[in-house]
Amino acid sequence: MIRFRIIKREPLPGWAKVVIPIAAIVVTLILSAIPILLAGGHLWKSYFYLFHGALGTRYNLLETFVKASPLLLTGLAVAFAFRAKFWNIGAEGQLLAGALTATVFGVHMGSFPAFLVLPTVIIAGFLAGGLWASIPALLKTKLKVDDVVSTLLLNYVMVHIMGALLFGPLQQPGSSWPRSSAIIEAACYPILMARSRFHMGIIISFAAVLIIWFINKKTTFGYRAKAVGTNIRAAHFGGINTTSVILWTALISGGLAGLAGVGELCALQYRLIMDISPGYGYSGIVIAMLGNLHPVGVLFSSLFFSVIIVGAQTMSRMTGVPTYIAEVIQGMALMVMLIFLLFTEYKIRVKRK
Amino acid sequence: MSEIFDIAFISGLIGATMRMATPIIFATLGEILSERAGVLNLGIEGIMLMGAMTGFLFTFSTGSIWFGVFAAACVGMLLGLLMALLSVNLGLSQHVSGLGITLFATGLAMFIYRLHFGSPTVPPIVEPFKQVTLPVLCKIPLIGPALFTQYSLTYIAWLLVPAMSILLYKTNIGLKIRTVGENPVGADTVGVNVTLTRTLCLVFGGALMGIGGAFLTLAHQNMFLIDVIGGRGWVAIAMVIFGNWDPLKGTIGALIFGFMDGLQLRLQSVGLVIPFHIFLMIPYLLTIVALIGVSRRAAVPAGLLKPYRREEKGG
Amino acid sequence: MANNDQPAVRMSSVTKRFLDVTANKDVSFSLYSGEICALLGENGAGKTTLMNILFGYYTCDEGEIFIRGKKADLSSPKDAISRGVGMIHQHFALVPSQTVLENIIVGAGSGIFLNLKSARRELLGLQERFGLKIDPDTRVWTLSVGEQQKVEILKALYRDVDILIMDEPTAVLAPAETVELFNTLRSLVKEGRSVVFISHKLNEVMDISDRIVVLRSGQVVAERQTAETNARELANLMVGRELLETIEKKELPAAEPVLRIKSLSALNDKKLAALKSVDLIVRQNEILGMAGISGNGQKELSEVLFGIRSPTDGFIQINDKPLKFGSPTASIKSHMGRIPEDRIDTGLLMDLSVEENLILENHSSDDLQHYGLMRSKNIQQFSDDLINRYNIKTAGGDAVTKSLSGGNLQKVMLARELAGEPSLIIASQPTRGLDVGAMEYIHQRLLQERERGAGILLISEDLDEILALSDRIVVLFEGEIMGEAPGATASREQIGLWMSGVKA
Repeated sequence: MIRFRIIKREPLPGWAKVVIPIAAIVVTLILSAIPILLAGGHLWKSYFYLFHGALGTRYNLLETFVKASPLLLTGLAVAFAFRAKFWNIGAEGQLLAGALTATVFGVHMGSFPAFLVLPTVIIAGFLAGGLWASIPALLKTKLKVDDVVSTLLLNYVMVHIMGALLFGPLQQPGSSWPRSSAIIEAACYPILMARSRFHMGIIISFAAVLIIWFINKKTTFGYRAKAVGTNIRAAHFGGINTTSVILWTALISGGLAGLAGVGELCALQYRLIMDISPGYGYSGIVIAMLGNLHPVGVLFSSLFFSVIIVGAQTMSRMTGVPTYIAEVIQGMALMVMLIFLLFTEYKIRVKRK
Repeated sequence: MSEIFDIAFISGLIGATMRMATPIIFATLGEILSERAGVLNLGIEGIMLMGAMTGFLFTFSTGSIWFGVFAAACVGMLLGLLMALLSVNLGLSQHVSGLGITLFATGLAMFIYRLHFGSPTVPPIVEPFKQVTLPVLCKIPLIGPALFTQYSLTYIAWLLVPAMSILLYKTNIGLKIRTVGENPVGADTVGVNVTLTRTLCLVFGGALMGIGGAFLTLAHQNMFLIDVIGGRGWVAIAMVIFGNWDPLKGTIGALIFGFMDGLQLRLQSVGLVIPFHIFLMIPYLLTIVALIGVSRRAAVPAGLLKPYRREEKGG
Repeated sequence: MANNDQPAVRMSSVTKRFLDVTANKDVSFSLYSGEICALLGENGAGKTTLMNILFGYYTCDEGEIFIRGKKADLSSPKDAISRGVGMIHQHFALVPSQTVLENIIVGAGSGIFLNLKSARRELLGLQERFGLKIDPDTRVWTLSVGEQQKVEILKALYRDVDILIMDEPTAVLAPAETVELFNTLRSLVKEGRSVVFISHKLNEVMDISDRIVVLRSGQVVAERQTAETNARELANLMVGRELLETIEKKELPAAEPVLRIKSLSALNDKKLAALKSVDLIVRQNEILGMAGISGNGQKELSEVLFGIRSPTDGFIQINDKPLKFGSPTASIKSHMGRIPEDRIDTGLLMDLSVEENLILENHSSDDLQHYGLMRSKNIQQFSDDLINRYNIKTAGGDAVTKSLSGGNLQKVMLARELAGEPSLIIASQPTRGLDVGAMEYIHQRLLQERERGAGILLISEDLDEILALSDRIVVLFEGEIMGEAPGATASREQIGLWMSGVKA
């Protein structure tokens, strides 16, 4: 009889913090061979096209950044929230709220001076996402409603709000599809690199990494959020206004997700459609966990995911492996990462009898 | 408008309520089983999707609907086992393990479906379940015909509700499950195998979730679409809270949700001038409202969310 | 009495290591049938660990265990129970929302369906035999701690346990309940069972045991027949040196009240009355000792003062200023040093660094932050300073708090709470679970604060501590103050009576 026990281990040296995630990624890629082979894809060809499709040409590389941008924002949104133990599973809905609000402003601000339009759209999108997230935060702090469930359910509510508006007041006149009119030129994110889709939103998302890192590490708010996330009872005992911390966390978290929505609208689609987000809000959760809730970790894991997503398109075209392999790899990456993280703190002791 | 009070309307509504509620009842019962043992299984949405896809796939390939259901249950069990390995054996965060499984299972479901069927212009369909009319009971006036003309799976769901209540409250196993969920340390010191109990609950809970998903592709509709589950897994999570972790009360919640779902469809066909999407929203909003009402007196199993490890304390 | 052919239990050269601590080192321990053997040692000596190994809850790294002569391979409590070994831990393993009967039979039933009828019959039979009368159908949360302990004992008896281990059973009992427990234990061993009685309380160990094994720092240091030893010898063996805590209290004149509590009433978490119109005064330069078994309202009283529970009636003045209820910030601002009884769950952020814990209440001060930005240098200085002054043994300010020992954790608490020289200190069970060295440190600290001019409300279950430190003593029983006595002349008997609810 073999018995397994999980017991605590000596803490690992600092370099482990960097090596472990990399090792997790490598292991995930190795495990990805299984679905690739099952799909009948040629193994090395598939890997090649995966990476070439994401990094092989100038356009592909820039496109990888384009795809990483919303993932980075939702990843930051979720990581920021989870750090304070506000289980924000609603990034998807908050993203849509941002896109929706940006549409309203972006379509109707034609008579405003051009330099006001973009900032307004961005701020409005941020606030919309933040406010949508503050609803479940209020429900949690004042009424003890579970945040996992409330944030999730509100995703579906927002999808339907969007549907109601896209089939209604926001619908492009003359169209029978659920799509809005196009936003005005002044509301579009400038493209920063010629012959690509590399846009201003990407810079915004990178800036967000710095800002969130700064908040977490250097501000008293970041300290309070960390305390609340660690032990809300002790934080409360110590005089921290935990309700305020959670509400502000929700606002910022939702705001980041909202910015992701604004980006998709103003840089890629230029009008609101039902499918504006292929689940970025949910991917953000995986990305946040993979990045161990740290802004820099989120940066790298969003780039990793983006490589997989963009690469999978090319790989699919060239080898016939379905694009959904991207989701499979994402799910596997998360589980591998979780297991690796576990083994930074614990080890298995095997007893044979 | 007056059609609303027509017998046909009400009859149709009752039938629809049962139909729409069925997958949620399966999912809710499966989740109650897990949570009573102390594990929050957020993999439910993904497990249901894999169940839906697997059931569809096996039915398509073998021509046998019941085999499809069986396959869906097996897949649910496997995913439940995976959840157990992550959150029980390894003690990883239940929130994250569950979400990871939903994401992984969702991707896997789409991947396998695409692998098998490609992207045809006309989606493949199967021969779905037919509704079965129960002989004597359908003669009951007014509600009889509608209530007792249902899919077999719905009748099974009805039987599962009291079965689960009996399991939880009247059997030795049920007492063990409840104790593990309330005080895993206490259960351990009395000789109950906490790990095994939680694992089995996740496995069988997963089977129920898989069947719930299969209902949607084998009875409710007869094809597989990416959004076939549509958040019903999350609704089940809410229903568990709404029903205070009790099978019967959770089922009532599922019925209410099914009612709103069914009502929304019918009111449209009657020509009610409210935007379609507002209607779609109502069940979810109501669920949130219900949660608000319930959260105050929630009887959360005290051991929920805590991984159980023995050697933590020193000395 | 003791029967010697073959020990009921023989643990041979047992060693158990956790991460960096060796909890048991080469321990050999035997238990004979028909005896009550005490396992004596201060907090952290390794007593509970050793018994947890016997109970199968932990597995030993080295060593062997023999039960009734047969080698026992115990990998879980289930194995131990099947061999007749049962253990009642300090924190009860009961489910409060379930009934007594359900708690007792869980896991012990045969067949699919619960057979409550026959279980109830069997239980009542056991109750008759051992005089442990409790209604099987009441829910456990309604029971007193003493009654819950009886349920635990019944749980073990129901499973035919004949080697019963009890871990610090009297910590939560009033004197009268302790007497009842001891009678129960004596009747258990009369029929040949054995009991291991883990404790650090000398008098009780002398009272109940036949044999005493003393553990110190994870090793067995001595074994005595109870009749052949005395408290002083045992105390020395426990601590390894002459126990010399001499508490020197300076005579200080009576001064102004720092804390005035009037007609304070509050509910507990179950919405039952925990405090019933309590009046209390604490003065400067004084330690008011509040004795009493936990569960009589002390937790709720401290929580009201700490600002984490709102009372239903009454008012509180600190330095003649009314205290706003339900606000930890208000309590902090009123110059109150607050030491909660559950330092790990309520007081400290275990996963954060020592430094981050020390600044918890101060982090918004102008000294430590500037327009919302933390001033790391000042923070580090502040923290290093406290670590030095309070002698906190840690790798540094950025060491993770959960790596600290119990005594050092409490020092972090003290440093944080006392650094601001509060005029009122509420210390709730401050030495619970700590070793003698840490206890002495805390006692000295409290006396220093008293001299500095603080008024201290010391809430403690440890009567010795109360008697040694207090200028005045009150007793809280079921939410009411039973009586007050001057510290110097208070008698144990009187206090014991108050603790059991007997007034005057």
